[in-house]
Amino acid sequence: MVTIEVNNRKIQAKEGEMLLAALRRSGINVPTLCNMEGLFPSGACRMCVVEIDGQRGLTPSCAYPVQDGMKVKTHSPRAVRARKTIIELLLSNHPDDCLYCVRNRQCQLQGLAEELGVRQRRYTGDKNVYKMDTSSPSIVRDPDKCILCGKCVRMCEEVQGVSAIDFINRGSKAIVGTAFDEGLNVSSCINCGQCVMVCPTGALREQSYLKEVVDALDDPNRVVVVQHAPSVSVTLAEEFGIKPGSDIAGVMTAAFRQLGFDRVFDTGFAADLTIMEEGTELVGRIKNGGKLPMMTSCSPGWIKFVEEFYPDFIENLSSCKSPQQMMGAVIKSYFAEHEGIDPANIFSVSIMPCTAKKFEAQRPEMAHNGLADVDAVLTTRELARMIRMRGIDIGSLSAEGADTPFGERSTAGKIFGASGGVMEAALRSAHFLLTGKELEDLKIQQVRGLDGVKEMRIKVGGLELGAAVVSGLNNARKVLDQIRAGRTDLHFIEVMTCPGGCIAGGGQPLNTDLDAVRARMKTLYTIDRDEPVRTSHSNPSVQRLYKEYLGEPGGHKSHELLHTHYQKREVVV
Amino acid sequence: MAKLLDEKCCDRCWHSPGKPCPDLVACLAGVKSCHDSPECIEARQQEISMLRRDDVRRPTVFVGAGTCGLGAGAGKTLKTLRAYLAEKAIEADIVEVGCIGLCAAEPLVDIQMPGKPRVSFQKIKQDKIVQLMDEMLDGRVPQDMVLGQFRSDKLTAWDGVPMVDEHPFFAPQTRWVLANCGLIDPGSIDEYIARGGYRAFADSIRSTTPKDLCDVVEQSGLRGRGGGGFPTGRKWKFALNTPSDQKYLICNADEGDPGAFMDRAVIEGDPHRLLEGMAIAAYAMGASKAYVYIRAEYPLAIERLKQAIAQAKEYGLLGHNILDSGFSLEIIIKMGAGAFVCGEETALINSIEGKRGMPRPRPPFPAVQGLFGKPTIINNVETLSNLPPLISNGAEWFSAVGTANSKGTKVFALSGKVDRTGLVEVAMGTPIRQIVMDIGGGIPGGKKFKAVQIGGPSGGCIPTQHLDTEIDYESLKQVGAIMGSGGLVVMDEGTCMVDVAKFFMDFIQRESCGKCIPCREGTRRMLDILKRITRSRRNEAGLGALERFQGVMYLTRLAESIKDTSLCGLGQTAPSPVLSTLRWFRDEYEAHIFDRRCPSGVCKDLLHYRIDTVKCKGCTLCAKKCPADAIMGAPKSPHYIVPDKCISCGNCEEVCRFHAVVKE
Repeated sequence: MVTIEVNNRKIQAKEGEMLLAALRRSGINVPTLCNMEGLFPSGACRMCVVEIDGQRGLTPSCAYPVQDGMKVKTHSPRAVRARKTIIELLLSNHPDDCLYCVRNRQCQLQGLAEELGVRQRRYTGDKNVYKMDTSSPSIVRDPDKCILCGKCVRMCEEVQGVSAIDFINRGSKAIVGTAFDEGLNVSSCINCGQCVMVCPTGALREQSYLKEVVDALDDPNRVVVVQHAPSVSVTLAEEFGIKPGSDIAGVMTAAFRQLGFDRVFDTGFAADLTIMEEGTELVGRIKNGGKLPMMTSCSPGWIKFVEEFYPDFIENLSSCKSPQQMMGAVIKSYFAEHEGIDPANIFSVSIMPCTAKKFEAQRPEMAHNGLADVDAVLTTRELARMIRMRGIDIGSLSAEGADTPFGERSTAGKIFGASGGVMEAALRSAHFLLTGKELEDLKIQQVRGLDGVKEMRIKVGGLELGAAVVSGLNNARKVLDQIRAGRTDLHFIEVMTCPGGCIAGGGQPLNTDLDAVRARMKTLYTIDRDEPVRTSHSNPSVQRLYKEYLGEPGGHKSHELLHTHYQKREVVV
Repeated sequence: MAKLLDEKCCDRCWHSPGKPCPDLVACLAGVKSCHDSPECIEARQQEISMLRRDDVRRPTVFVGAGTCGLGAGAGKTLKTLRAYLAEKAIEADIVEVGCIGLCAAEPLVDIQMPGKPRVSFQKIKQDKIVQLMDEMLDGRVPQDMVLGQFRSDKLTAWDGVPMVDEHPFFAPQTRWVLANCGLIDPGSIDEYIARGGYRAFADSIRSTTPKDLCDVVEQSGLRGRGGGGFPTGRKWKFALNTPSDQKYLICNADEGDPGAFMDRAVIEGDPHRLLEGMAIAAYAMGASKAYVYIRAEYPLAIERLKQAIAQAKEYGLLGHNILDSGFSLEIIIKMGAGAFVCGEETALINSIEGKRGMPRPRPPFPAVQGLFGKPTIINNVETLSNLPPLISNGAEWFSAVGTANSKGTKVFALSGKVDRTGLVEVAMGTPIRQIVMDIGGGIPGGKKFKAVQIGGPSGGCIPTQHLDTEIDYESLKQVGAIMGSGGLVVMDEGTCMVDVAKFFMDFIQRESCGKCIPCREGTRRMLDILKRITRSRRNEAGLGALERFQGVMYLTRLAESIKDTSLCGLGQTAPSPVLSTLRWFRDEYEAHIFDRRCPSGVCKDLLHYRIDTVKCKGCTLCAKKCPADAIMGAPKSPHYIVPDKCISCGNCEEVCRFHAVVKE
């Protein structure tokens, strides 16, 4: 530990850490627009500049290691004026349309302008005007609002290993764009939306399908069905100021009914269904010498990543559709037949923590008899917007239960929302499928937590299986490269595109931190601990579906409705 | 090519291409010899003398064929010369040399006749070749073309021809880095060796420790010539003392200042000097790999460098286990795509790594964690080119020249409103007045001197009252300028200082990498403010006038913030041209702002035209030529200009035969 003097007060800092980290720990708030925890500082925004004794200019605290005895002034007039100037400069090239902006009141630029007391347009001049990129089914880019902090670029490159976007041009003409400045839809973008999560302004946002959903709800001839992903019920509350980690599944169901949805289903049911299919597939591959390791296919960003960058692993991907698409498929088949509704009259909506799900729903493979399995995908954020728009007071609603036949789920299906959840659920059921017996302890601690790569070996009957759980695609790259290099001890790999899994997905509430993600994860595992039905194969609704309609896992009907295929995609790297 | 290496003077000589003798350089330079027979030594000395061209056996014509010479027409001169020699079947040698520095006099052609010293001729375009050659072959020196003859101890000087070293352009110079430029064939390693080249390096790697080398350089007081002025020896020691399996040396040849061409001239004219300097530096800091980061817009320099590297490898002066010393060095050329910011060392490192050329925050400093995460030293071309003479002659010799804190010499690219533009090398401590007035020959056309801009877009201007400031890192700082890499632009009374500031601001805002906000957005707004100051009322709409005054009020505040907060040197010094012109030429700014007038008559928007009714004969020509229909008047009676309509194009002034149009 070293001691430094900040604003005439002595504080303790860890040797070698950056000044900004030490300041934050001591409760001294220095603003920043470009700092990203865990990544090497880029020093681009200059908002965190402070005055350090003996230094000529101002020093960015994010990129300056602490030194014993250093004397720092964080809010000297010079430093504050510099920060204010930076914000004023950004505003001089920013469209003044806060009232129309999707990030109004959630914008860091707006927040800092307010904090620093910007009250006049000190610097004026021409503003850059660019075309909005609305080509992607998942993400909208509005370069006019971009302040070039570079967080999206670093997220895409350093965390996700995709590098779909980078800086283009020089000086004040610099923008963030794709290769050859083409639309995002033809770039290598995997639609994960992590760029949206780190964007401080409204330059990046989800492609919204709110209007389509509202129109469908207003159409009396349509049966509007909604499904909600396992992680949504533990994050939605944050949009309404309730503390992170609160599960409001019942209240959310009530809200869906108030919004006018005709049926409310839980994607957790489809997650159980996925486990039945995927577990069977895994067992089959192991027994029949199929392609191993098998890799999960729930996360559509990951799927596109493999198709683009690791096409030699396409056969390793499970052929199962994701839970969203399985649910979509059974809604427009079993449910429609069962209820005597023309599938063409069903409008199927899914609420997802994810922007890539919007892309997934539009994949041509994800349709049956010319009808898309899922018609519109909304993120957690869009759902919250819709609830607010319709004047629904979340606090006054009482919890309600979901509808049959797809409203019932096991907790195995619920923990899909966290990285490691699919693996844990799959191992529970695979053990049962192979041995006919339940695991002694259903809790598999090794696959839980926020680590990017988690590995374990587990004995199932006479077999010893190697399992890996990966989240964040740069981590996936590492594991895939090992396998390419000849690693053979792995049988099953779960990959989630977003670091931490769906609870930290690109469609979740903005401005959340790692603590919030931890709280969400904790809640999912608390639900798993406390509820009675903890394995997918013991979900009665799933059992009934197989009995009445699908036959057996991996059977003909299942293959027709619940399985798919993937294709190699060419990308400009 | 590779003459010295191929030739064996006796049986004891065993060197050959690919298997050079460790004592090669010492032997070639006549210092150490295993050839003890007098004939052998005699032969060797003769050969060296021939390479030094102490005398020539047949007429030898040297053509300045650097980029500047070629631009002035040296290519055509060469062609005509070859045709002339072929036609007359004259046996003569043609040597393409680099730039000697006197760019204003290009194309330069030197001729050396057997038994006579070399004579230099100026402005030899192709049409002059025949006359020049005719006279010289006839034994006469054409006086109208001559620049001067080179001093020689052994040869009889030409009568009535001045000495080059007494020429006002050359006399005040101290040419260390440029010693060989324009004199030797840059494509010949032999000529470089014959003039003492590679001795310092060969001696160092076989008899000096890296630490001792660092000490010598530190004691010499050599400071970075790229502009920063950091003590070179001390910088090396950071890398030397950082343990690592791999270290890198990078030569920064990404010369980007407008009007600067020092590095280009050195590489084009004397590439081996740079290679030797790099080899010495690499050995001293412990690097086995070195990069030359050079802009792709320097094709000739790159070509010369490639050729030089190939030759040095052949001679065993680069590559594995150089001269049996155990030291190995590989030099790689990396071409930059012409981004000014890539001259900044961390941006340069990014660029070599294949990333976008954007600076990184420091610390970590490159000397500790640089290229590919390894200790890296980045030195400028001129810094490295100083090393061969420095190591040969020692720290004391080097530090004997210069001022208290700035030692040695500095190369400048002298340009702008000065009689003799070109490349000059002067001892530190030389007053700027001497460079401009003596070496440069003062301001052409009898105009008055106004200022020199030193240090390019990062530097500042020095006005008349400080013209006696000495070339010295610290004294330049005191007057708000910097040493910079060597750009020296002279401005006369016809230069508008607001316009100058605007030019540099425009350059900087276009060349900013766009990474950090103050530099990206701030320089652009500063340019906006300057543009508004130089704009006429006509082009001001709405709140224009208010914005114009508001901009002026916040100009310095903005400049200070950019200086204070920018990420790299480019941004931190970006406001310098504005702050410096504002400091010395505030009155000019005020004239623009309050009187809406450009005292130097440069800012077109602020020019006003009026017709002198006494002189005007009413010929109507001006009214006919006016593109804005701003001139009124009946034929044969005085005309007048409607100020609101006038677009200040100046057509009327040009066409008026009676000088009746007055510009003010």
